Amino acid sequence: MKYLDEFSNPQLAGVLLERIRESATRRWAIMEVCGGQTHSIIRHGIDQLLPETIEMIHGPGCPVCVTPLGMIDKALDIASQPGVIFCSFGDMLRVPGSSKDLFRVKSEGGDVRVVYSPLDALELAQANPDRQVVFFGIGFETTAPANAMTVYQAKRLGIKNFSLLVSHVLVPPAIAAIMESPDCRVQAFLAAGHVCTVMGTREYPPLAEKYEVPVVVTGFEPLDILEGIRRTVIQLESGRHEVENAYPRAVAEAGNPVAKQMLEDVFEVTDRAWRGIGVIPRSGWRLSDRYREFDAEQRFAVGDLQTAESSICRSGEVLQGLIKPHECAAFGKQCTPRNPLGATMVSSEGACAAYYLYRRLDLPAEVAHA
Amino acid sequence: MREDVSGPVDLANWVCPMPLRDSPTIVMGHGGGGAMSGELVEHLFVPAFGAAAEAGMGDAAVLTVGSSRLAFSTDSFVVKPMVFPGGSIGELAINGTVNDLAMAGARPLALSTAFILEEGTALAEIAQIAAAMGTAALGAGVTLVTGDTKVVDAGHGDRVYINTTGIGVIDEGVDIRPQRASAGDVVIVSGDIGLHGVAVLSCREGLEFGTTVCSDTAPLHGLVAAMLATGADLHVLRDPTRGGLAASLNEIARTAKVGVALVENDLPIPAEIRDACGLLGLDPMYVANEGKLVAFVAPEDADRVLAAMHSHPLGTRAAAIGVCVPEHPGMVVAKTALGGTRVVDLPAGEQLPRIC
Repeated sequence: MKYLDEFSNPQLAGVLLERIRESATRRWAIMEVCGGQTHSIIRHGIDQLLPETIEMIHGPGCPVCVTPLGMIDKALDIASQPGVIFCSFGDMLRVPGSSKDLFRVKSEGGDVRVVYSPLDALELAQANPDRQVVFFGIGFETTAPANAMTVYQAKRLGIKNFSLLVSHVLVPPAIAAIMESPDCRVQAFLAAGHVCTVMGTREYPPLAEKYEVPVVVTGFEPLDILEGIRRTVIQLESGRHEVENAYPRAVAEAGNPVAKQMLEDVFEVTDRAWRGIGVIPRSGWRLSDRYREFDAEQRFAVGDLQTAESSICRSGEVLQGLIKPHECAAFGKQCTPRNPLGATMVSSEGACAAYYLYRRLDLPAEVAHA
Repeated sequence: MREDVSGPVDLANWVCPMPLRDSPTIVMGHGGGGAMSGELVEHLFVPAFGAAAEAGMGDAAVLTVGSSRLAFSTDSFVVKPMVFPGGSIGELAINGTVNDLAMAGARPLALSTAFILEEGTALAEIAQIAAAMGTAALGAGVTLVTGDTKVVDAGHGDRVYINTTGIGVIDEGVDIRPQRASAGDVVIVSGDIGLHGVAVLSCREGLEFGTTVCSDTAPLHGLVAAMLATGADLHVLRDPTRGGLAASLNEIARTAKVGVALVENDLPIPAEIRDACGLLGLDPMYVANEGKLVAFVAPEDADRVLAAMHSHPLGTRAAAIGVCVPEHPGMVVAKTALGGTRVVDLPAGEQLPRIC
């Protein structure tokens, strides 16, 4: 893809790695917020190539991982109801709820469909006026604008059989929550480039200032990530804590004004539970009053479902960067991508899945061949 | 006496190597060609068949009849949509079984064709598929010698399902099977990977990538014959269909208890496949192919085999992508473009496009 291959160039990666090695005079712990960055780091072996002084801590930015169990159970309940077409992005289908996943619901006769855009779900609603079509609206600021646009269109077109099961979460409150944790080891952040493509960079200076932590907006290709790390290390070494944009080809300071306006119209900020972490105040979006009629939770009355997490899963600590995936006793044993205890193992962006899929050789033998 | 298996299946007792208890009903992943497909065969079909099952049921069986060795294979085709850029379920039904035979080193002779048709399907559609089968069979040099047709009630099928079964002859001295992979073998793939899976996906989901990706469906026995004609010692051949290259390599590594070390940069992946997979969050190594083979060849013969492949129309883009190693037996490991390493695992079920 034009402008993509250039950002995987091994020679340039070698140059950046050398600069990082030269710059880092002591140990630094840097968190990449986004699960897409985690997978890029592990898949390309960037963590193996960095000097030992640089530790990458994997953050909570996997939308599938942080979707709370209760919300998954609500999705399973709605998808099981007769007359419902339940639409989702692909990687939500294998995420375990309390007792099963959406694949199981599908095998039991539920009409569960993978779509590539929420607008596809809206088209399904138009084509099936006698069915209720529900779209599972999860994710960060990245996926939210398209979901907002879909609800806006549904209202404009007067479509009555479409609704959104909303579980959107926001990055800046999560960064604040991580920094407030007494166990926090994070000294700098690589901010998620695609989130900033929508929201811009103006939310970050107050965080960098308050917690005295460098924030470098970073893309997803190997060179993007290495450049983000290089800039972060330079700031850390010089004692600075500023917001830098290392992804200018996609991110403007003001973000995408049209998308932001759509978000403001359709959603309002709310407290939100994060799987494995708990409730973070004002860390998510729900439908605003004007669009509440499209709220699937209300339409299907699934507010009171009781849920139960695995007692041995430590995905919460993984999501907060407190432990590495293989430091969980269940990793690779009771917990594998086939039989995941937590969403970090099943999601394509989850840190546990990344370690299981790509890095088993480097782990202790008992987990490598589990 | 065989154990009575007519009662309910006790999923809780399936403990080796990975239980199926997480799925007491068939889910789509059981047909994905990955770990779940293998477990279904290993834990359900083989025990249920009992003594009637031949150990090591593979894609093609080798039967000894008098002094001849025959390859025998069957496959069913349920692709949706039935017509896609570069082919249809008709070509797949012929080429798929021809290729299963070819992967045992056999010269395909004859195929059976069995149709399960759904009530209400247009005859014109079936005629189009049947014509494609005839053309493909002629092109592959096989005859369609017997068949069957069944019709199911409307709503109880997906218009057209096709089964083909094939038989072929294996020449003397040819011994191609996964167990023969050994350390030092050069791993060769016959050309660009990921074409079929992306072609079908783009059509099924209405995705447009700027260019039309066509399926690579093709009969591979001619290419195999060219490889055998070099006199090289071909240890293993496999067509990486469902589950892609990753699934095939993992199966071979596990069967032969050897490691496979790939060089990611050496994988032939067309730019449009990389782009489409990047967009959808898929890994080309897990995407299906219908006209490619992967070969494990003794190191001293690798150059000769590669040269022969390059001279054949279906092997012009053949490439050595790695070697067989004694380390990490049963695992496939890739050297990344940047110089790191990563495990290339067997897919569990089907690949899922990611959220963002």
